[in-house]
Amino acid sequence: MHENAPSPGRLQWLAQRRKRRRIIRIWQILLLVGVFGFWELSTHVGLSDGFLTSSPSRMVQTFLNLCRTGELPLHIATSCLETVVGFLAGTLLGTLVAIAMWWSEDLARILDPYLVVLNALPKTALGPIFIVWMGAGMGSIIVMTLAISLIVTILSMYQGFLGTDPEKIRLMRTLNASRGQILWLLVFPANYPTLLNTLKVNVGLSWVGVIMGEFLVSRAGLGYLIVYGSQVFNMDLVMTSVLLLAAAAVVMYRLVLWAEKYLNRFWGVIP
Amino acid sequence: MLIELKQAAFVYQAPEGEVEALRDISFSMAEGEFCSIVGPSGCGKSTLLSAIAGLEPLFGGSIAVDGEPVCGPTPKIGFMPQRDQLFEWRTIWDNVTLGLTLHRQRTEEQFAQVRRLLDRYGLADFAQMRPSQLSGGMRQRCALIRTLATNPKILLLDEPFSALDYQTRLSVSSDIWQIIRQEHKTALLVTHDISEAISMSDRVLVLSHRPAVVQADFHMDGLWQMDPLARRDTEAFHTFFNAIWKELNTHA
Repeated sequence: MHENAPSPGRLQWLAQRRKRRRIIRIWQILLLVGVFGFWELSTHVGLSDGFLTSSPSRMVQTFLNLCRTGELPLHIATSCLETVVGFLAGTLLGTLVAIAMWWSEDLARILDPYLVVLNALPKTALGPIFIVWMGAGMGSIIVMTLAISLIVTILSMYQGFLGTDPEKIRLMRTLNASRGQILWLLVFPANYPTLLNTLKVNVGLSWVGVIMGEFLVSRAGLGYLIVYGSQVFNMDLVMTSVLLLAAAAVVMYRLVLWAEKYLNRFWGVIP
Repeated sequence: MLIELKQAAFVYQAPEGEVEALRDISFSMAEGEFCSIVGPSGCGKSTLLSAIAGLEPLFGGSIAVDGEPVCGPTPKIGFMPQRDQLFEWRTIWDNVTLGLTLHRQRTEEQFAQVRRLLDRYGLADFAQMRPSQLSGGMRQRCALIRTLATNPKILLLDEPFSALDYQTRLSVSSDIWQIIRQEHKTALLVTHDISEAISMSDRVLVLSHRPAVVQADFHMDGLWQMDPLARRDTEAFHTFFNAIWKELNTHA
């Protein structure tokens, strides 16, 4: 009924909602323009030293320079590649360990105290060890990201597996399902949402690992640009790299959200 | 006798100590019989079903199904769990053929049988849909067809309607009763709802508090041929209800 003839009340409600959304959008833009405008202006009127704080116009200049020399794609691609490999490997390995722990409750109990310790340990402390062992290169950066996301993945996937509806497991058992069948036909698919959540968390954690790793050792990447810029006191380069990093991280997160939506439809979680 | 329990006993082991769930359960069921088990909550009704389904080894006594002692899940028994437990990530068709997949019986003959069931019970058009797109009553029918797909002789129903609202529950229980009758299955229903037990079954067993024994055995004489909704209007229904109610409360 309300499809062909919306009531005046509904029209009013819709108009109000539109207006509210527009106001929120305007404030969001104002905030961005305000911060960057103040930043730019403060260096022009001498309120701050552009050499130390950089400024939006100097960052644009730096960005264009980086584009001209052609090294920018290399740095962005390096960091993105390390992150993607890191979170995919972390999710995959963590899930495999969680499956092993689900399979053998004894194994889970044996590993439990070690997982608690490893979870509590700040993984960045392991960075220097990886560098000594694996050398200064992409390898140790990826291992670093892996170390950061692996334990969280194991813990959350294992919790997810344990949370599988016991009545469903009982149903499978009355149908004489083997443990493998219970895993592949019930426990694993029931935890698709857990897997996707873990993946999302891991994207963020992997960026931490990659930037940490690049701070310690690297010849390319956004983390390398940041550390290099600060060492040669080129704050324009530092600020530009941080902004680029923010953009890359957001794009990657969006891609994962998009993939989640697609997979949810594929798996029938959303009709 | 299709099912025969002799002094079945079951004891749980927990870190705090032993819990005696079933002490002395003896009864037998003939082929084609529809039997219900009622009892106070926590008396071990579900445990009893698990034991008959071969999931839990007994502590004492014996259970025989179709003349053979139970020592593990058997295709002779189909189980209908609490709530429908359809897998959301599978289509209706993939759900109802779950048992065939597990038993590696994905033959054209078996599929034809499942298709006949879906068709007969008005679900053929929904085969490619997801469970979330179906109503509560239709989901229950799917759950029953999933159980029937492997062609068991005996159906064990563990409070299958407990999650449904009252209205749906009345019509679904009538639905399920009809299907079980038409497919000539022997059924054992566990419920805490006395009226559901009387309206669906030929016989109602009353279990005592834990450790459970069979406290009473009522035969629903005169109600056998009536469908569940019609039974609720009879004099006998109320007589049985009061008798079972009294039985449940005497040894409390």
